[in-house]
Amino acid sequence: MCGIVGLFLKTAELEPDLGRLTALMLHEMASRGPDSAGFAVYGPVRDVERISALSRSGTTDWAAVERGLAAALGTGVGIEVLSDHAFLSVGEAGAEARRWIIENAPDVCVLGVGRAIEICKGVGDPDAVAGRLRLADRAGSHAIAHTRMATESAVTTEGSHPFSTGADTCLVHNGSLSNHNRLRQSLRRQGESFQTENDSEVAAGYLAWRMREGDGVDVALEGALRDFDGFFTLAVGSRDGFAVLRDPIACKPAVIAETDDWVAMASEFRAIAGLPGVAHATIWEPAPARVYSWRRAA
Amino acid sequence: MTEPVRTIPRHSATFDEHTLSEIRRAAATGVYDIRGGGAKRRVPCFDDLVFLGASISRYPLEGYREACGTDVVLGDRYASKPLHLKIPITVAGMSFGSLSAQAKEALGRGASAMGTSTTTGDGGMTDEERRHSATLVYQVLPSRYGLNPVDLRRADAIEVVVGQGAKPGGGGMLMGQKINARVAAMRTLPEGIDQRSACRHPDWTGPDDLEIKLQELREITAWEKPIFVKVGAARPYFDTALAVKAGADVVVVDGMQGGTAATQHVFIEHVGIPTLAAVREAARALEELGMRGKVQLIVSGGIRSGADVAKALALGADAVSIGTAALVAIGDNDPVWEAEYNALGTTAGAYDDWHEGRDPAGITTQDPVLAARLDPVMAGRRLRNYLSVLTMEVQTLARANGKSHVRNLEPEDLAALTVEAAAMAGVPLAGTSWVPGR
Amino acid sequence: MTVLLANTVLDLGVLDRRAVNSALQTAEQGSFRMLNPGGGHALACGLRTPVEVTIDGHVGYYCGGMNEHATVTVQGTAGTGVAENMMSGEVRVRGDASQSAGASGHGGLLVIEGDAAARCGVSMKGIDIVVGGSVGHMSAFMAQAGRMVVLGDAGADLGDSIYEARLYIRGAVASLGADCVEKPVGDTHLAELADLLARAGLHADPAEFRRYGSARQLYHFNVDNVGAY
Repeated sequence: MCGIVGLFLKTAELEPDLGRLTALMLHEMASRGPDSAGFAVYGPVRDVERISALSRSGTTDWAAVERGLAAALGTGVGIEVLSDHAFLSVGEAGAEARRWIIENAPDVCVLGVGRAIEICKGVGDPDAVAGRLRLADRAGSHAIAHTRMATESAVTTEGSHPFSTGADTCLVHNGSLSNHNRLRQSLRRQGESFQTENDSEVAAGYLAWRMREGDGVDVALEGALRDFDGFFTLAVGSRDGFAVLRDPIACKPAVIAETDDWVAMASEFRAIAGLPGVAHATIWEPAPARVYSWRRAA
Repeated sequence: MTEPVRTIPRHSATFDEHTLSEIRRAAATGVYDIRGGGAKRRVPCFDDLVFLGASISRYPLEGYREACGTDVVLGDRYASKPLHLKIPITVAGMSFGSLSAQAKEALGRGASAMGTSTTTGDGGMTDEERRHSATLVYQVLPSRYGLNPVDLRRADAIEVVVGQGAKPGGGGMLMGQKINARVAAMRTLPEGIDQRSACRHPDWTGPDDLEIKLQELREITAWEKPIFVKVGAARPYFDTALAVKAGADVVVVDGMQGGTAATQHVFIEHVGIPTLAAVREAARALEELGMRGKVQLIVSGGIRSGADVAKALALGADAVSIGTAALVAIGDNDPVWEAEYNALGTTAGAYDDWHEGRDPAGITTQDPVLAARLDPVMAGRRLRNYLSVLTMEVQTLARANGKSHVRNLEPEDLAALTVEAAAMAGVPLAGTSWVPGR
Repeated sequence: MTVLLANTVLDLGVLDRRAVNSALQTAEQGSFRMLNPGGGHALACGLRTPVEVTIDGHVGYYCGGMNEHATVTVQGTAGTGVAENMMSGEVRVRGDASQSAGASGHGGLLVIEGDAAARCGVSMKGIDIVVGGSVGHMSAFMAQAGRMVVLGDAGADLGDSIYEARLYIRGAVASLGADCVEKPVGDTHLAELADLLARAGLHADPAEFRRYGSARQLYHFNVDNVGAY
């Protein structure tokens, strides 16, 4: 199944270390999820929206994508390429850019959109994925990451977590939903689109729908408790914070630790054991069916 | 007044006699029907496949003179002491409690005589079983009845049971009439009550946590013993892949024809897929992970003859396991007890109310008078004979297909007689090159 | 046979888990200090002799699993399944324990000085469990035998499907599971409770506890109880 980790920094001093610490946590979860990995890092809030994108073939002509997108949007588009990923700065036109790419660049998979978020994913050993996509070099305020052991769908990069379908929002999931097929159909009727057969993508789509309808993350997660069936521990990232939720039966593990400097969440304590100051951390296990969330001051 | 002309009476295919009797039984008792055995209805199975045999392009081996090997090694991925079996046929997990002590002894004697293994069941290991089985696989089940580190260490292999073919998603069941003092003590239950069993393990859920559990079992047994992971045939491709990723040495897949001592009839007949449909998918998962030969596959559920064994091996299994067939070999449902079956409201060959503990053959009972009818030495000899026949039959078929070892049987040695079997087994319809769906 | 000095240090920062567990599993006696557990799994599992092991820090899953005769103390928190299937001896967690603490334990004493999470004592078969704090939901699920004492509260569905285990809870019980009922406390129960508290080294007045156990209505199937299954 999976390992999930989340790290939320409370002080600016640790922000340059966010990526390095998240990479250490991810490393500990590799045995839970040896197939693939992904992460979402929330860096400094930019004044433009950025799209995290993945080349499905590995040979996408990014320059052509940049040109086509710029022409469609009628504005300049900045691009940074990293391995098989690219990050496109698209001014205020995040949603439009996302739609254009999905409709016009079938070789490109949109991983996420937002002013703070960058999402990367890859198939193979989690440490190798993290290394290739420079997780350890990244700075920011909070991050969530995931190692995957695929259960009922294929091991593909698109099928890896985090899943994001709303601006600056993403989700990682450990568990197995049992009603995701019916839920996917009803979310499609609400206008959500899906790129995989993955149950976790359905969970992300559900949150995106609820948040589009005006719910905050916490309220959307309360809805998930009602509408999801199966076993799940979810970690959700949003622009200014993150949240954790376990299903009412709560067989899938979760542990949270908190110091004055950070809050960390993981599937197993050993992912947290190496964080600075952990010897003085308050450690607890989140209760089932209860939303835990942390938010930065605006 | 003349008699009206009528058509002859006609029974409904939907509301057939068995269905009508079941509805009446439910109305009378208010409880679901519980029975033993596996799925009884006809489903696509190994009978729907045939071997091609030798021809001008493929040459057979001479019987007797030209050896056809049958040995198999199970569990050399991580264990320092893998199992070396002389034949690729093992005896599946069946509990002391569901079976009499004499029956367990007979199974141990017969299996050991043929150089193969038996398996404990949902109740723990008895001393007699350990004594009489040269190679003993110890089950770790959701109930954890009787589980202890002493037995874990004196076992030759460990089988973590996620599910079984008769009831994927169900736990064990033993009715009060079979929970005598000895069974009760082993299971830490009050005597004579109906056992309720868990369907999930108490301390792990999911392959990610199973991986950690297997590590613990290995640490407790110094990494000596192979660990099997057993699933009922539900999603065999994914389940096999996940068992491999969780660290299993051997994967056991049990199809819907696999038996149980007792569970709801509706569970047996309507949950789980046929063994034929499961084998190829499980083997495919191993192939795609590059684990063929590194993690072994054992298949069970309705294995009856050397032909079934050979076909399972051809489709990618490294070994098979027998349960129901072993019980029949030692005397279950034998017509010699017909009068007593009639008194129980049934007949030889159809008797499946094993949960009642009144088995005339003395096998699925704890009643000391009935159990004494089974002579473990004679019964052990019968099982040994049956296993010998299975082995000779596999060798016969393997030689006819040009194999000097049964492990070299391949899917390409087979053809299917029906479209369903062709699709499920991934084998062409006989006389064609058509595999539906590919 | 290895003869070891008192308080032998086993440092997981230097030795691997197999070496550490092997040393503990083969020692016939002695006391040991395990350093740098770092949340590792299956630490001090499968012990077989009356050794004493103190673990400096937090452990992962299955610490003390299938313990026989040894005394294991975790100076920190424990992950899933601490002392699972313990046969005898003692395991003590100074901090909190995660789910399924003492799962299917047959004997011995498990003490959790902090809180235990969901399914504490699940499927217990004779183990004694004493919890200084609270226990989570579905605790004592299918508890067959043994005693569980909780100084704090119990979460929802306490003792669901319980057989013959005896539960003593001092605080509030969120709800009782199928076939679990409150039972009267007599002198033998007070004595039993006092003994368990003393062995656990936790102080509480036995008179403040309520006792819970099986109503025994599910011992034989009856269609009128079908809602409880």
